Amino acid sequence: MSTLLPAAHPLAPELRAVSGRDLAGLILALLLVAAPHALRAPWWLILLTLSLYGWRAAALVNHWAPARRVLLLLITAAAMLGVWLEYGMIFGRVPGIILLVVFSGLKLMETRTHRDAAVVAFLCCFLIITNFLYTQSVPTALLMAAALAAITATLVGCSAPGRPLRANLRTSALLLAHAVPAALALFLLFPRVQGPTWGLPQDAQAGVTGLSDTMSPGNVSELAQSDALAFRAEFAGAIPSSRQRYWRGPVLWDFDGRNWRAGPALLIEPPPSPQGGRSYRYVMLLEPHQRNWLFALETPAQRPANANFTVDRQLVSVLPVRSRLRYDMVSVADGQADAHESEALLRRALRLPAEYNPRATALAAEWRRDARDAEDLLARALKYFRSAKISYTLEPPLLGRDAVDEFLFVTRSGFCEHFSSAFAFLMRAAGVPARVVTGYLGGDPNPVDGILTIRQSDAHAWVEVYLEGHGWTRVDPTAAAVPGRLDFGLARSVPAGAGLPLLMRPQLEWLRGLRHNWEALVHQWNLRVLGYNPERQREFMSWLGVEGADWRDMAAALGAALGAFALALLAWSLRRWARPDPVQAAWRKFCGKLAARGVERRPQEGPRDYTDRAAQRMPGASDPIRHIGALYVELRYGKLRNSAGISELAQRVRDLRLV
Amino acid sequence: MLRALRPNSRLLNWFYGFTPPERGAVLLRHRRVYIVPTRLGWMFAATLGLLLLGSINYSLALGFVLTFALAGMGLAGMVHTARNLALLSVSAGRAEPVFAGEAAQFRLYLDNRARFDRPAILVRHLACGAQLVVHVAAGSVTDAALAVPAARRGRLVLGRVMLETRFPLGLFRSWSYVEPDASCIVYPRPERSALPPAGPHASAGAARALAQGNDDFSGLRGYQRSDSPRHVAWKVFARSDNLLTKQFSGDAAAELWLEWDPLPASLDTEARLSRLTGWVLAAERSGARYGLRLPGHDIAPSRGDSHRAACLQALALFGAP
Repeated sequence: MSTLLPAAHPLAPELRAVSGRDLAGLILALLLVAAPHALRAPWWLILLTLSLYGWRAAALVNHWAPARRVLLLLITAAAMLGVWLEYGMIFGRVPGIILLVVFSGLKLMETRTHRDAAVVAFLCCFLIITNFLYTQSVPTALLMAAALAAITATLVGCSAPGRPLRANLRTSALLLAHAVPAALALFLLFPRVQGPTWGLPQDAQAGVTGLSDTMSPGNVSELAQSDALAFRAEFAGAIPSSRQRYWRGPVLWDFDGRNWRAGPALLIEPPPSPQGGRSYRYVMLLEPHQRNWLFALETPAQRPANANFTVDRQLVSVLPVRSRLRYDMVSVADGQADAHESEALLRRALRLPAEYNPRATALAAEWRRDARDAEDLLARALKYFRSAKISYTLEPPLLGRDAVDEFLFVTRSGFCEHFSSAFAFLMRAAGVPARVVTGYLGGDPNPVDGILTIRQSDAHAWVEVYLEGHGWTRVDPTAAAVPGRLDFGLARSVPAGAGLPLLMRPQLEWLRGLRHNWEALVHQWNLRVLGYNPERQREFMSWLGVEGADWRDMAAALGAALGAFALALLAWSLRRWARPDPVQAAWRKFCGKLAARGVERRPQEGPRDYTDRAAQRMPGASDPIRHIGALYVELRYGKLRNSAGISELAQRVRDLRLV
Repeated sequence: MLRALRPNSRLLNWFYGFTPPERGAVLLRHRRVYIVPTRLGWMFAATLGLLLLGSINYSLALGFVLTFALAGMGLAGMVHTARNLALLSVSAGRAEPVFAGEAAQFRLYLDNRARFDRPAILVRHLACGAQLVVHVAAGSVTDAALAVPAARRGRLVLGRVMLETRFPLGLFRSWSYVEPDASCIVYPRPERSALPPAGPHASAGAARALAQGNDDFSGLRGYQRSDSPRHVAWKVFARSDNLLTKQFSGDAAAELWLEWDPLPASLDTEARLSRLTGWVLAAERSGARYGLRLPGHDIAPSRGDSHRAACLQALALFGAP
């Protein structure tokens, strides 16, 4: 006997106990989202989190009592203390993420109801997005998609606990499939703004490799051992030859005896395009490096949106490059530009610290005495580098106070930063204005899609000298000393096995083929998914026919797309209207046939009475009429509907001939 | 204005999309299926908001993908939740009569003509809170029995029933009201009291036996199916395997009248009906033929289940229009 008081709501999530099956799904989702963090977090925190997951699984199997609240609080305090000891803070980005991982285990421990399970599922979504802070690669995306599927299945399972797993999985798959059109519309049309909207945590840029605005002996060669991607370039036509692939980056002016520094960037109006030479049109896809400078093939002839030229023909972006940046570029190779330079800058390009590198200074003075003019001096210097038998190595020896002297006369081995630093020093000492240019040299054209890939291992440094009448002229002392560097890249220029990145080793051709295909895929991924930014969004809108779209146009388009999607889904759920109950349809057809012969069904007449009356009125067809009536009653009011009976009814109604 | 909001007013009926009670099978059209987010749904929306902020702040393309995929899933979940209820056909079956104080068992038939199953549908009687969760498989009919307490005699109308579902994600709650045309006869609560003494115009009781009672044993005859088991001569059966029925001199003519009028004046209407109900049950048990005489309504003496039901129904509906 039921009570008169309203009973507890049986669908309320806070009252429904979570089933073992759904808890297992939840643990699976958590393991998937925590797995990439396990590679980054301290081992003891991962061990703690895993044992929390394991405890919950064991409690489920063995029907243990729920954990005490005091215990949970103690573990929380211990985890926070541990994070503080490990990182010296609790609220930074990395410690925050680690704490979130541990908390997911704690929340799982006290998960008893559907509501708790849903909270853990939402927590899982946060953990997914924390993974994207580290990497947004294709494998990560696939792993996280699997986690999302597990989360969906858990939510569906919690809503229908008694339903077979297969049916719940089918529902989850259907839900995810139905989510795709709306997600696509939102992704393409949701008005994007260029982040960040507010300050990033202090450690947001940790671990990003790339060039810096200083060059000291050893830092480029360190970079050259990294396989990390720097940028990609997609050329509209021919690809420049390997000798022309100098990608200009920070230009360094100031030398303190050991380090070269860029100094403040002086912005100017776009300088005139270089004369002569061949121009190349291409699209750059620059990996985020958290700095302002943009790279371009020498000599850049145009500036991208939101970027400016500096006085030394460098391109700098208004905002630091915090996400993958795509820009169109035009460059002129082997052209003639900037024949004149201001006196102040020429003086800056001659400045040297006193009392450093006495032997090099003496060598420069000797050249200056003997040379007819600057060009002759340059030729002497290059000849010296070619004949000095300086070896090119990725593992240069450490240098002392007079780094240039030691490099030129003692160790005689170094990487491009040693060559360029020494060369620029000699030029300045000999009275020729010189500056160091850092950037990248080379790039690997992918045979699959023809896109040029430039890695950190292509980092390079060269020198520009100012010659009267010619302006700033590129001189690459490394190429002079090691000719193979230009044509064959780093791999064939350093001795075999000298600490080259794995995939640059020539023995692994097949691996490189595989890698080319993979990289073509990754490039499309970067371009279309990760590189979709406000600018690309405007391009997409103009492809749709809306030029100069602002956020209002996009919101309107988004509203229209979502509305259409909702209508389509509604139509899908209304399908039954379009396809009526086949039993009813056959019965209506049958009634219509009888009514055409004058036997109309009376409003209160049941099917059996009606068919009896019709059978009496039409004795010639009484048997089929009665049969149809009986079949209809069985199908309509009997508990089971079988498709054989339905098709038999339809067939009999079709075949019914009334005379 | 207030009158317009009273139960069953035209405005409310228009709002709910139907006029109760509804005869026959009720198809839950979309028009009468409501949907709102649950508390979990709001929590989900807050999660989406935070994910979106994070994606914007850190320019996370995949963060946007995740946020928008979840948003699309929520949207699809909303349609799925409404679909779980929409176009379900609800009809009410017959409810067997009960005595006041018992619970009437109303049967609702949920007919799912769609090709998908409809899991986790809550059927809840609004007035009394009787409820159960059913799963309606694709293309099948599931019945839900609601035990509605019957406090008073008379005709118990089922009233409004709510169907609710939160499947598949629990982020939305979709519900609909139906008020099928179903009612149940509630007999008066029977009073346990001895049958009135038989005899013409017995003064204390309202019943009298016409002719002789069934107490005077006059002989045995062969058993017939309609004979009451209490009249079977069990001792004879035990000895001889012959099933015989005891005959009483007044049996053929024994008729008991259960009457309203002679009851003590101190009893009010409901108490009288309770006593008469108790007598009907006792008389039926005794195997006697009995008749019921209420003001303005006589039921000729007879016996058997249908007679008993007719008497009880007359008592249940006494005074009802």
